[in-house]
Amino acid sequence: MTALNSTIPVPVKRQESRAWKKMKRNKSALVGLVVVLFFTILAAAAPILPIPDPVATSWGAIRKAPSAAHWLGTDDLGRDILSRMIWGAQASLMAGVISVLIAVVIGVPFGLISGYFGGWVDMVISRVTEALLAMPFLIMAIALAAFLGPSLTNAMIAIGLSAMPIFVRLTRGQVLAVKTEDYVEGARSIGLNHVDIMTRYILPNVFAPIIVQATLTVATAIIAEASLSFLGLGQQAPAPSWGSMLNTAKNFLSQAPWMTLWPGIAIFLVVIGFNLLGDGLRDALDPREN
Amino acid sequence: MPVYIGKRLLVAIPTLLIISIFVFSLQKLLPGDPILAMAGEERDPATIEFLREKYRLNDPMPIQYINWLGGVVTGDFGISLRTNQPVLELIGQKLPVTIQLAVMAMFFAMIIGIPIGILAAVKKNTWIDYTANIIALSGLSIPNFWLGIMLILLVSVQLGWLPASGYESIFVDPVRSIETMIMPAFVLGNALAATLMRHTRSAMVAVLSSDYIRTARAKGLSPWEVVMSHSFRNALLPVITLLALLFGELLAGAVLTEQIFTIPGFGKMTVDAVFTRDYAVVQGIVLCTAVGFILMNLLADIAYVLLNPRLRATI
Repeated sequence: MTALNSTIPVPVKRQESRAWKKMKRNKSALVGLVVVLFFTILAAAAPILPIPDPVATSWGAIRKAPSAAHWLGTDDLGRDILSRMIWGAQASLMAGVISVLIAVVIGVPFGLISGYFGGWVDMVISRVTEALLAMPFLIMAIALAAFLGPSLTNAMIAIGLSAMPIFVRLTRGQVLAVKTEDYVEGARSIGLNHVDIMTRYILPNVFAPIIVQATLTVATAIIAEASLSFLGLGQQAPAPSWGSMLNTAKNFLSQAPWMTLWPGIAIFLVVIGFNLLGDGLRDALDPREN
Repeated sequence: MPVYIGKRLLVAIPTLLIISIFVFSLQKLLPGDPILAMAGEERDPATIEFLREKYRLNDPMPIQYINWLGGVVTGDFGISLRTNQPVLELIGQKLPVTIQLAVMAMFFAMIIGIPIGILAAVKKNTWIDYTANIIALSGLSIPNFWLGIMLILLVSVQLGWLPASGYESIFVDPVRSIETMIMPAFVLGNALAATLMRHTRSAMVAVLSSDYIRTARAKGLSPWEVVMSHSFRNALLPVITLLALLFGELLAGAVLTEQIFTIPGFGKMTVDAVFTRDYAVVQGIVLCTAVGFILMNLLADIAYVLLNPRLRATI
């Protein structure tokens, strides 16, 4: 069986290297990649960086403007904002990536099944997807987070579930496009079972647009997490996330504007980074432009 | 045409039923038993049993769902725990405020997004196009609520030009009403402007490379005439569909925008309902936005057919 499988070419590897070459020529995509990597490394290095405890309060240093001692200033409880920004990066990036993983892990299999089998299975999955897509993403995430209870984990689940239908629809459409290809016919003719055909022949060939969508959805998810935390439905005090920092900061807008400035800039940079990267990946992985 | 609309409405029914099942199951996600909370400290078994009977919680789940759906279909979405008003009445009160905000936001989105989109398409692959792309990308990447806070800081606190919050009905004091809405509408319109710009650009690029545009140029029409009367009208079609799809985004964006600028609309009501655990209201909101979204899509499809003579004959 294995010998037979290897005779059926699956054109994936070559496309990847060509895509990478195109990526390297795309300056804005590289900028996006650098921004994303910068924040990822910063977030990962938070425990070993020589920064103060992000939750340690200091009554002697309340709402101090940026200075040599506190590069980005301090907040209403005298906590170091730089440290909270770095630890907050962890919460925000994790929330963005994990919620998109939830959406992909649930959405892609449903999309695969729906597109591959067709018939009534497809009908049911498509109707449910349409219904879920009719509910605005953020309103659904807020409602889910409200009913699940406020916490960072629940916010991730809420965002992931709200983003899931996008991946069902995308995957289904892609599967419909490739399922009539010769190599799928070939795989079927040598008697492979449905699961093997779906995971080894169809999935690798529909993965490029899913990667692009996932990258762009991380951007949306980071804003959604910030929004939920801003409303008090995400990260809970005293642990920092960029959204929850903004929630406190809005109360000290005129007294301590720097408290509002930094988290917003950070969200903007990370989100634009993921958007640039996603757009670049789309151009690089688009076979029509080769 | 009526047949087409009727068909589309029929297709929407299963979608609405699925949404209603989802909204109904939301309340079952709630941790804890609401009846225990209502029964108070003593938790007298007789009271608990009475409350369970009263709210029909002893019925099997599907029966509970059908009871609830029966209410929803006849316009009974339950009672708000906070204000003791029927949920539908509450939504009806708040909606006009958000509609004003949404219309003004849409206005901002169109006057920013469409001209820049056209310009970027006409000047494709020049620095104008690239700059427009960067502006659009920035608009999509700025968290709306942060933009709102920064505008309050700059325009209201520092410059004192516009009020930072508050709301006045447009029928009572139009000037004051517009004044309080300018900043929120700009904030809300900003992200839509970016999406609108990108779609206008790609639609225009497609139209500008078509044969009849080459003909229009060849017969000596001015560039302005070519762009406005020949290209834009055709590029408008996908843009109109997009406006309907953005309806959901508008409502979702209104949640945070109204929260920042303390505007007593649909979005602020959503947040208030979430925090006072007014779950009947949250359910009503999700249901109403979904219905609104489906109706907007239907309207967009109808507009699409009406504006496109090629499709009119097929229906």
